[in-house]
Amino acid sequence: MGISLINIVYLVASVCFILGLKGLASPRTAPRGNLIGALGMLLAVVATLLDQQIVTFQLIIIGLVVGGAIGTYLALTVEMTAMPQMVAAFNGFGGGASALVAATALLAPGALTNVPPTQLYVATAASGLIGAATFTGSMVAWGKLQGVLRWQPKSDSLQKTINGTLFLAAMALGALVVINPTAFWAYCLLVAVASVLGVMLTVPIGGADMPVVIALLNSYSGLAACATGFVLGNNVLIIAGSLVGASGLILTSIMCKAMNRSLAHVLFGTLGPTAETATADEVYGGKVKSASAEEAAMIFETARLVIIVPGYGMAVAQAQHSVRDLANLLQEKGAEVRYAIHPVAGRMPGHMNVLLAEADVPYDQLFALEDINDTFPEADVALVIGANDVVNPSARQDKTSPIYGMPILDVDKSQTVMIIKRSLSPGFAGIPNPLFAAPNALMLYGDGKEMVRELIAALREQ
Amino acid sequence: MEAFIIYITVFVLAIFVGFEVITKVPPTLHTPLMSGANAISGITVVGALVAAGSKESTIAAVLGCAAVIMATINVVGGFLVTNRMLLMFKKKK
Repeated sequence: MGISLINIVYLVASVCFILGLKGLASPRTAPRGNLIGALGMLLAVVATLLDQQIVTFQLIIIGLVVGGAIGTYLALTVEMTAMPQMVAAFNGFGGGASALVAATALLAPGALTNVPPTQLYVATAASGLIGAATFTGSMVAWGKLQGVLRWQPKSDSLQKTINGTLFLAAMALGALVVINPTAFWAYCLLVAVASVLGVMLTVPIGGADMPVVIALLNSYSGLAACATGFVLGNNVLIIAGSLVGASGLILTSIMCKAMNRSLAHVLFGTLGPTAETATADEVYGGKVKSASAEEAAMIFETARLVIIVPGYGMAVAQAQHSVRDLANLLQEKGAEVRYAIHPVAGRMPGHMNVLLAEADVPYDQLFALEDINDTFPEADVALVIGANDVVNPSARQDKTSPIYGMPILDVDKSQTVMIIKRSLSPGFAGIPNPLFAAPNALMLYGDGKEMVRELIAALREQ
Repeated sequence: MEAFIIYITVFVLAIFVGFEVITKVPPTLHTPLMSGANAISGITVVGALVAAGSKESTIAAVLGCAAVIMATINVVGGFLVTNRMLLMFKKKK
């Protein structure tokens, strides 16, 4: 197959990727979009296999079979709650593969590339740096989300100095790769330094900030593919990599806005109570009311509009199926049920939506923050389950609060707010939540799943 | 230089296309968007295949094989899991 014909197939593949992402504009067209993207990938792979530079297929077949088997196994067995760590791991593999391909272009430029030397070496250094840092950063993110890595040093000035030094070292080694490309050890050292940098940058970041990190690593894996495209002089890599890079950047910025924090603050800053933050006793002292499942059921009995606000705690308690049963029961009793989803609910963008979709909650009952916030004053009951900081009214009212200015779900404006929670312990930001002491708030103390089941039982008895 | 300009042109235009297309994806599909985009970034498999199949350097071929494995996990796993998720999204009956 001639070079120009292969390039035309690559162009078709690029178009497939764009159309595939375009299909994701609606849940109705999304499955077909994903198939179109996969078809584009298949075309690109088949065209590449007809490349005349490929003379032996042994290693290729081994690679495709092993990779395909592992990928299939992971994709078909992963639990939806574990989706964030799986996407993190996949990001890492993509980044790692890009760094490896750049290495092969240094070793065998004749077979792989015919771009001008300066472009080749600069792009190789970039691919090695981004790819390796993406790989190790993603593995750390995976370990944290999976719960196997609990090490979380505070982001302090010493760490910033180390990171700065590592970054300068990586830049110097990158320059060395460009000046003296035959020194393959320089590239290996660059990859090693970038790997350490990836770990150092990711390790201080806490659980609730993970959505930002995963989105950012997603973007990096795209940029690494893009850099590899410049190494190989291959447009399909440049186009696909740019699409993914743009996608990750958009999601990163959405997540940062949803927390009212800059990217730099998420990556290097610390979030927590300050000297001015009110203590739990000041906020709660004698004002918190609790209710039993039976008392709560009596309020639900007459409710016409119920808004459910799920947070990551719901997923931890595996309560999504019970929540759906409760919603179905309320609908049978004539109430309207909606779900309000905060952008950072869950451990990755859109995570809560997938968990609820898996529990057979129709997607047209799920509402984004800006679409539902005006509806809370009309709601008879807002039921908060497993969410805390994203419903903290301090973000609206208290200028001294560390989360002041963060967009929150205005659950406190509904007739009654019920909060299912084990205790009054603080959320990720480490600050008390005045919502729990509000006159229209009722605490339902208990495990998420069990309390919802008790609510269902109590409602059935009425 | 001439070739480089063409690659940069493609890069910049693709970024713009990416922003236009991605901003239209609703928040409810952000997780499938990430896993699907992730699968697309596995396109690096194209370079890995050539490296693994060429005879110019043995080390390059071995590294290429490792890259094929990693990229294929990314591609196959990414598209499959995205498909699995998307089939869960249903409208009210």
